[in-house]
Amino acid sequence: MNSGDTAWVLMSTALVLLMTMPGLAFFYGGLVRRKNVLSILMQCFIILCVISLQWVLFGYSLAFGPDFHGLIGNLNWAGLNGVGALPNKDYAATIPHSVFMVFQMMFAVITPALIIGAYAERVKFPAFLLFTILWATFVYDPLAHWVWGTGGWLKNLGALDFAGGMVVHVSSGISALVLALLLGKRVGLNHGPIRPHNLPFAVLGGALLWFGWFGFNAGSALAADGSAANAFITTNTATAAAGLTWALIEWWQNGTPTILGTVTGAVAGLVAITPACGFVNPMNALFIGIMVSVVCYLAVAVIKGKLGYDDSLDAFGVHGVGGTVGTIATGLFAEKAVNAGGANGLLFGNAHQLVVQSLSLLATVTFAVIMTFIIFKIVDALIGMRVEEKNEIVGLDLTQQSEAAYTVIE
Amino acid sequence: MKLIIAIIQPHKLEVVKRELEAVGVNLMTVTNVLGQGRQKGHTEIYRGAKEAGGLLNKVRLDIVVNEDFAEPTIKAITKGAHTGDVGDGKIFVVNLAECIRISSGERGGGAIG
Repeated sequence: MNSGDTAWVLMSTALVLLMTMPGLAFFYGGLVRRKNVLSILMQCFIILCVISLQWVLFGYSLAFGPDFHGLIGNLNWAGLNGVGALPNKDYAATIPHSVFMVFQMMFAVITPALIIGAYAERVKFPAFLLFTILWATFVYDPLAHWVWGTGGWLKNLGALDFAGGMVVHVSSGISALVLALLLGKRVGLNHGPIRPHNLPFAVLGGALLWFGWFGFNAGSALAADGSAANAFITTNTATAAAGLTWALIEWWQNGTPTILGTVTGAVAGLVAITPACGFVNPMNALFIGIMVSVVCYLAVAVIKGKLGYDDSLDAFGVHGVGGTVGTIATGLFAEKAVNAGGANGLLFGNAHQLVVQSLSLLATVTFAVIMTFIIFKIVDALIGMRVEEKNEIVGLDLTQQSEAAYTVIE
Repeated sequence: MKLIIAIIQPHKLEVVKRELEAVGVNLMTVTNVLGQGRQKGHTEIYRGAKEAGGLLNKVRLDIVVNEDFAEPTIKAITKGAHTGDVGDGKIFVVNLAECIRISSGERGGGAIG
């Protein structure tokens, strides 16, 4: 047991909590219309409440508990049975098992919250809640087990995902796309773009995401050591490169760089470096940052418009696409010189790693698409996923929560 | 000269604007307003305190036109804002005494467009 490691992972846990609330909540909240801002804040906040409980009751056991055929954990650790102060050697030998558990809890919390970006401004609150609990249980928990759980089949295959590029970002991003397609467009979108109601909120949220992401990525080293330091630096470098790249693309394409574009680029950079941060060197992180901004810009500004799906806040365009870029980039740029526990990528003479990354990606996408489709159909049949048109027009704050964010007259 | 004041549903603004542009009316002033009519308000709850019948968000358009444009303007607004439900809004038409373009000092009908 190491007190420095324990302190760092506890601190990182709090940093990752900050990413969901207020980070993501204000990032998304600023991007919706004023009549829906509270619905976003509420969705993020209640996910923090609900998934925290799901995790201690049975979620952690499903994801990290004793293996069942490489697919899922069993329920031996339900209710945190046996998850205490003694370290679990398989996951982290120098910190209490309970600290590993609570660190992972914050990942389980933020992942379903990322999907909000796709269905923002048009789902019923009870349907959202049921969907989230089912998705966390039947998509996130198994995927986390596949990639990170002892005995998980993708882990055994050799898949590299340092902090959740696949488990968190690809899974939520591709599920977001499925939901955007199944739900259809928001009312009024055909009359032109729907404008963000408070860009300063979005910038504040984006900046808090960057801040919290140090816990997400560097904390995933599960120790206060050189690997954490490398993850910290690659995270910052990729993010800076991605933010600047997006601004430059906009400058070139539209004549001016925008703050929303710069923040969006930075978030794409954070997403892409997530699976790679502990395996690549800072110069390659810089390159990953540039690459992801170019690809995500194309996805968000060009392809989305052409295909016509309404991914309200670009959960797919940034997290799905960015996570995919990062997962592939890990197969290219990973090197044992950075992390002896990892593997070499294609550029360091090991083409096999790229094959493993691609296969893992394919498995993640296929599983998430099928399960999200099934869960949507169940929730839609039981409750109805989308709000009535007149409620959508009035706004979710008043119709789903009976409160308004702003007064026009005191 | 007429001053046409229209109170409409906020989400109909874009449609109404397009209808107005189609009949050649491009100049307008738009404000957010609160109001209540036959449409019932919402119940809002703040830490357990209920407030029923809160005022509803509406958008107000102020449009000044010459006589020839008055009827097309009214038709365009009606076409764009109509759903058939209560809450669609109202249009008020007022005779306008004078219109002055500040930049040139020009007065009357010529100062409108």
